[in-house]
Amino acid sequence: MSIWEYANPKRFMQLSGAVLPWVAGAAGICLVAGLVWGFFLTPDADRFGSTVKIIYLHVPAAMMAISAWAMMLVASLIWLIRRHHVSALSARAAAPVGLAFTVIGLVTGAIWGQPMWGTWWEWDPRLTNFLILALFYLGYIALWEAVEDPDTAADLTAVLAIVGSVFAFLSRYAVLFWNQGLHQGASLSLDAKENVSDVYWLPLLVCIAGFVLLFVTLVLMRTRTEIRARRLAALLARERVA
Amino acid sequence: MIALLARDLRLAVRAGGGFGLGLAFFLLVAVLVPLGVGPQTELLSRIAPGILWVGALLACLLSLDRIFALDFEDGTLDLLATSPVPMEGAVAIKALAHWLVTGLPLVLVAPVLAVLLNLAPAGYGWLLAALFLGTPALSVIGAFGAALVVGVKRGGLLLSLLVLPLYMPVLIFGAEVVKRGAQGLAVGTPLALLAGITAGAWALLPFAAAAAIRVNLR
Repeated sequence: MSIWEYANPKRFMQLSGAVLPWVAGAAGICLVAGLVWGFFLTPDADRFGSTVKIIYLHVPAAMMAISAWAMMLVASLIWLIRRHHVSALSARAAAPVGLAFTVIGLVTGAIWGQPMWGTWWEWDPRLTNFLILALFYLGYIALWEAVEDPDTAADLTAVLAIVGSVFAFLSRYAVLFWNQGLHQGASLSLDAKENVSDVYWLPLLVCIAGFVLLFVTLVLMRTRTEIRARRLAALLARERVA
Repeated sequence: MIALLARDLRLAVRAGGGFGLGLAFFLLVAVLVPLGVGPQTELLSRIAPGILWVGALLACLLSLDRIFALDFEDGTLDLLATSPVPMEGAVAIKALAHWLVTGLPLVLVAPVLAVLLNLAPAGYGWLLAALFLGTPALSVIGAFGAALVVGVKRGGLLLSLLVLPLYMPVLIFGAEVVKRGAQGLAVGTPLALLAGITAGAWALLPFAAAAAIRVNLR
């Protein structure tokens, strides 16, 4: 019994079908609980007023935007090394979700930045990096769409994900070199002295858990869709031959 | 491999189009920007490093799809794949040929255009050095992008979308070198980082590009 058994599409469909309602339900409960708790049951911050509450969308979305790319990188490596189709399809399924999280991070940041920094957009390192990340997602998705043969597309996008990761990392440090930022530093790290206070911290944790579960739900659903589309294409091809 | 390089250079020079296109585009950018932003010399000299780098980058982007597309269509790439030259070597040679016909002329003509943009005198040497060290990276990154989309019909837009984020670090460090050089500040750090990116890209990306081409030829 190993995890690779689930690389078999049939086993994967069985397992994911069984797990999906639970994950989806847990995501819904965490999100509703975290957002209601965060929006209505926490006090306004002294300096930021009620705008602080956008943190419950902004921070989890930004975290998942980066995590989604990391997941795509791992899935691409698994595809290149072990040639499991489910892995390639899950990378494909994760890309639009990651892009959506990136855009949510950028938009909520802009909405927060307008009253707080007095500007919708600032060429701050973190903002710039997210813009670049959005470009990487767009290129990745476009390459999947453009190449017709599914295995070729999977190979090419996997190579792009690997090279892109290296360059995304380089850009991160290049951008830091280029401009010092306006964005506040990490407020959640476990060792930092200046963390947000517990009143905001606990609902934020629930929201982060909710976003992680939401991501898992969406990727599982989209991967299942991709597998079904692949089966349908195979059936149609068989019918044409017969 | 030398024969391949000579062939690519001859094709680029004699077949017309690609050779002058990047250069003409670079010239246009340098002439149009002052017309667009107005003739204040101190403003121009402040934005000159950025304009020159962006112009060089876009001029490079313009001719990228020529690296592999024509050879893919007429079957030369299949022959290369079966030849004793490893695909990694062929990719590196083709990227080098691209740099020799687009990158190098851009480097040589840049100081002349810098006069138009009123770059500070201290910046000329650093402009040459930065472009000389940075444009090879543009060519090899572009070759990687071109290898990815070689099987796609009319992949030009896709190619720019794929390559643009990869160009970001080169652009940032390259423009930083020229900006600091023009202001008389120390340029060692960005110059070393720029050279590092170029060296790393030339060492590793031919492997990725060759893998992509093999997939596309399958």
